Amino acid sequence: MTNHWVDIKNADVILVMGGNPAEAHPCGFKWVIEAKKTRKAKLVVVDPRFNRTAAVADFYAPLRSGTDIAFLGGVINFLLSSGKIHHDYVKAYTNASFLIDETFAFDDGIFSGYNAEKRSYGKDSWKYQLDKDGYAKVDETLQDPNCVFQLLKKHYSRYTPEIVAQVCGTPKEAFLKVCEYVAETAAPNKTMTNLYALGWTEHTVGSQNIRCMAIIQQLLGNMGMAGGGINALRGHANVQGITDFALYAQNLPGYLSAPADADVDFKTFLEKRTPKPLRPGQMNFPQNFPKWHTSLMKAWFGDAANKENDFAYHYLPKLGGASDVLSIFDQMFQGKMNGFFCQGFNPLASVANKKKVGDALAKLKYLVIIDPLATDTSEFWKSYGEFNEVDPAKVPTEVFRLPASLFAEQTGSYTNSGRVVQWHWKAADGPGETRDDTEIIAALFLKLKEMYAKDGGAFPEPIQKLAWAYRQPAKPAPEEVLMEINGKALADLEDPKEKGKILVKAGEQLGTFGVLRDDGSTSCGNWIYCGTWSQAGNNTAKRDNSDPSGLGQTLNWGYAWPVNRRIIYNRASCDPAGKPWDAKRTVIKWLGDKWGGSDVPDMRPDAKPEEGVMPFIMNPEGVARLFSRELMADGPFPEHYEPFETPLDKNPLHPNNPKAFSNPAARVYKGDMEAFGKAKDFPYVATTYRLTEHFHYWTKHSHINAVLQPEQFVEIGEELAKEKGIANGSMVKVRSNRGFIRAVAVVTKRIKALDVDGKKVHTIGIPTHFGFKGATKPGFIANTLTPVVGDANVQTPEYKAFLVNLERA
Amino acid sequence: MALQSLDIARSSATTTPPPSVRQTTEVAKLIDVSTCIGCKACQAACMEWNDIREEIGTCSGVYDNPTNLTENSWTVMRFAEVEEAGKLEWLIRKDGCMHCADPGCLKACPAPGAILQYANGIVDFQEEYCIGCGYCVTGCPFNIPRISQKDGKAYKCTLCSDRVAVGQAPACIKSCPTGALQFGSKEQMRDYAEHRVVDLKERGFKEAGIYDPQGVGGTHVMYVLHHADRPQLYNGLPADPGISPLVHLWKGFAKPLATVAMAAVALGSLYHYVTKGPNEVSKELEDELEKEDAL
Amino acid sequence: MEVTRRQFFKICASGLGGSSIAMMGFSPTPALAEVRSFKLARATETRNMCPYCSVSCGVLIYSSGDKSKNAKADIIHIEGDPDNPVNRGSLCPKGAGLLDMVKSPNRVKFPEVREPGSNEWKRISWDDAISRIAKHMKADRDANFMLQNKDGVTVNRWPTTGFLASSAACNEAGYLTVKTLRALGVTALDTQARI
Repeated sequence: MTNHWVDIKNADVILVMGGNPAEAHPCGFKWVIEAKKTRKAKLVVVDPRFNRTAAVADFYAPLRSGTDIAFLGGVINFLLSSGKIHHDYVKAYTNASFLIDETFAFDDGIFSGYNAEKRSYGKDSWKYQLDKDGYAKVDETLQDPNCVFQLLKKHYSRYTPEIVAQVCGTPKEAFLKVCEYVAETAAPNKTMTNLYALGWTEHTVGSQNIRCMAIIQQLLGNMGMAGGGINALRGHANVQGITDFALYAQNLPGYLSAPADADVDFKTFLEKRTPKPLRPGQMNFPQNFPKWHTSLMKAWFGDAANKENDFAYHYLPKLGGASDVLSIFDQMFQGKMNGFFCQGFNPLASVANKKKVGDALAKLKYLVIIDPLATDTSEFWKSYGEFNEVDPAKVPTEVFRLPASLFAEQTGSYTNSGRVVQWHWKAADGPGETRDDTEIIAALFLKLKEMYAKDGGAFPEPIQKLAWAYRQPAKPAPEEVLMEINGKALADLEDPKEKGKILVKAGEQLGTFGVLRDDGSTSCGNWIYCGTWSQAGNNTAKRDNSDPSGLGQTLNWGYAWPVNRRIIYNRASCDPAGKPWDAKRTVIKWLGDKWGGSDVPDMRPDAKPEEGVMPFIMNPEGVARLFSRELMADGPFPEHYEPFETPLDKNPLHPNNPKAFSNPAARVYKGDMEAFGKAKDFPYVATTYRLTEHFHYWTKHSHINAVLQPEQFVEIGEELAKEKGIANGSMVKVRSNRGFIRAVAVVTKRIKALDVDGKKVHTIGIPTHFGFKGATKPGFIANTLTPVVGDANVQTPEYKAFLVNLERA
Repeated sequence: MALQSLDIARSSATTTPPPSVRQTTEVAKLIDVSTCIGCKACQAACMEWNDIREEIGTCSGVYDNPTNLTENSWTVMRFAEVEEAGKLEWLIRKDGCMHCADPGCLKACPAPGAILQYANGIVDFQEEYCIGCGYCVTGCPFNIPRISQKDGKAYKCTLCSDRVAVGQAPACIKSCPTGALQFGSKEQMRDYAEHRVVDLKERGFKEAGIYDPQGVGGTHVMYVLHHADRPQLYNGLPADPGISPLVHLWKGFAKPLATVAMAAVALGSLYHYVTKGPNEVSKELEDELEKEDAL
Repeated sequence: MEVTRRQFFKICASGLGGSSIAMMGFSPTPALAEVRSFKLARATETRNMCPYCSVSCGVLIYSSGDKSKNAKADIIHIEGDPDNPVNRGSLCPKGAGLLDMVKSPNRVKFPEVREPGSNEWKRISWDDAISRIAKHMKADRDANFMLQNKDGVTVNRWPTTGFLASSAACNEAGYLTVKTLRALGVTALDTQARI
């Protein structure tokens, strides 16, 4: 979230699309209701299903799953063609005026530079025109045909209300009504927030769905504002923290891009990641990359990371290619992996195409489950009848199950979706011999270290040199780990502006990442968490919930990254002169000599408005990008492509170009392409989702939640049920090209057949929480049905739009 | 004046006048259906706090689980898909004891002290005095009390009298994520409800209103409804509930009549009560009556 | 007012309950209101957080005992933390049911192994589990560690063992996990951020 949970109460319009917060995030959703109650805010829901968020909405519009870009492209077109945009904001704070390379082109659904064989783009033309100093050229009048504003207008002029209705199945009047709600917030003192979740990400165009909303929020001037922003409602309690710590291959903690094979040496690695400003006078904050990275390496390897060895650059593994969960399971399926760990993760249930996952796991030599619960994955080798058909005798994998403690049995910090890091305390020991995750990792690491010390082996240096000076090495205390993450001065840190003045003494905890150095004199395990444990102590444990501004910022409750800022890009809540767009919701303002307000300013504190330092300090441009340059895999503007399994036989926007049917830059593995189903065999659109009574695959183990929603069901519209002779409450079989599930039919008025491109399209809703282990009635795993294909940028699998058939069971 | 006073205002089958000197504020739970998302947090909190666990059931084609109130489920959400003039509404109502000012259950109850009404308005069952006759079920205009299969006693929402007694809100109220459930003095709740009705009317719900039925003297659980003119849309919420006239009847002339005319049956029934327990008495009677009704 | 035969019978029957018992000398015992006692009166309160979604609601965990050495703390109740600015004491149905997650009969309590081809779990000690797993890891790492790629570039990776990390673990556990895995050279690493 660029903003935070409580800030939702400051919105005038709440657009929920690609999410279902009333069900998935009920306690955060309270702030939507608060906005409705106290600001007369309007709640607008766009979703394939009339869900429990829609139940309390002011307006609901249906759409076909997988067509959000068509819908949002239509909104962009509506805003641009009706002039309902926040002109001053767009002109000052976006790259609308930037000139794009003249060779950039878009031809019938394909951007310039496409290589069909590789299914990827060469992006040389997706660039700004630069002047002799390397700065982007601009046209302040926004008239140049190659300026972003004109290109944007042209690109989305095709997305008429008629096209929206044709592609999405949304009635034209309903679409226009949504446009009107959205357009109201183009007024400088009105804001819209948008709440999305996996309903936008789990598509092959997932990242571009969100890009669309970014464009809309820029056009409306809603970024940085109280009650505005782009708000991803994330999954697990600490998925934000775990993402911040980069428990995935592409990054290192703090979103520092991890080294890959192409980064042949430290110099190359740093150069590629340290951008130059694209406009004069901009903060271009990522220029500090070397400071962040070096401090991380000092935290990890201590004295063993030094200038002489490029701060242990080669202790880090280099990424050889794709390494996301889909590619990992593909490698495993191909027999290229021997060992695997599942820590609090149940991939047999959560990863696409359960059969492929089960077959892949059976090819491992060893599998280690670290979990508080007996997961489905931990028993992938066991027969559960048709829910999990397998012969244990034929599964050679050695499986270990290690009992981990639960939240209530641990002390430590979680980071919520609003980036607020909060400390919690242990209440009791776990049952039996359960251990904390930290102890389990420490035990494995110390054992390996001992074995390598004794017997030697492959590249033991990073193992031997890893900093592990915890008071009890087998039991690192969460307090000392957070102190390490925060970082400290390894030498006296001198003020670069004033010789002889010491900012931080050697050994002291750092207060802000502003003092990090690239010479090895600071250590910091995650630069964005610098400040969580300063000299003042554990700031994540702060519990003063006072809210002097009334905007809900509560700066003394926990600690938000970065630097305790609650609303990111908050400089954009003021006009260029530093005056708030809406004085009633002042986040920050220029106080004459510095920036200040109810939040920590997202701006150099003494940057005078006339200096023209723009609000988007993490971008080398200083402004927000309507045109995303070469940063996305599948185009600098979002374009509608059909899901990989679609009821249509062409992309209505590009009926004559088969290359532009589905996302031309999405990755598909051998075998997975063949596993796609066709509309003639699988005529119905299926979409998976969560129910409010359950959390993922956990609460099926909790009696209370099993009572509240005891059994797998699928939701079917009344019309389809009638056509198929399916009675409410009867059993049905849902098949995709990858397998089938049996479930109870919930026949409902809440899913309607849609008129799409002259065809009647039915949607079948499939809740995802059930499986063969748990207190709920044993059942099938919903991901038996889903396809293995991911978003072109981040490989999130397409769980929200695929094809199935349906019969009585 | 304290909300948590548990002075007894009325006690079933008891003629001793209650103490009435101390003054108490009446409490109320407000269920604002227009902000309820049907998440069932109230159901979970109720089970958790009260140490009751329903059996794990099945899906019967609707979101309602458990499908009905039971001795282990003192509150359930009832979902209704209502489509009128092309507009779909998913009306979700939390069902449970209404804590009537004039409680039919208490009036019908023959077991002394098994049903109490506190001065703050909470109607509470005292299971140890319950004889399991089931007349509270008959007396209730909202079909709330349930007789346990396990111990033959009647159970229903207590409005968490144990929490209220120490100055805490009921478990369901505290848990409610959207604030659709509110708790306070009845006066506060009515004021707040009126405020909500104004908002709903502005949003186009012309018939929005408060449900505080006077047929039972008003309730200590009230609803804000978008369609207050048609409460039955919300899964059959009675439009004009009242205590069955029969309960009044028995409180009046029928009581002595019963005593005299049915004395023989009474002795038999007492014998039955002592030897076989209460549940079967009423069950057998019920069965017999069902048969007769079928004729 | 119409009274059917059935209703009349019921009225009489219910009447006799109270009247007849009194007549027979079972005078109503003084009916005292016995509200259940408040079960948290002296329970220990601990501030914690719900582990489910990313609202990360504050919770108060109540456990029996006062933390004295001989009284083993047992979690008896969990409710929302009213101080937390986001949830302000509320919890959703998942959070309100947390007690049954803590107490789930499906909690794994001891390290276990399922041997290749076997159809059952076998309880083992932590020492055995850690030794056996570390042995597997070392054998695989030593056999498949890649010092250089085919172009001769130093890559120092261990591509044949993968790790899916928990999104419900604390930051501190996540940090130690990534620190350890990167030192080992693991690149097949992902978390539940996507699904």
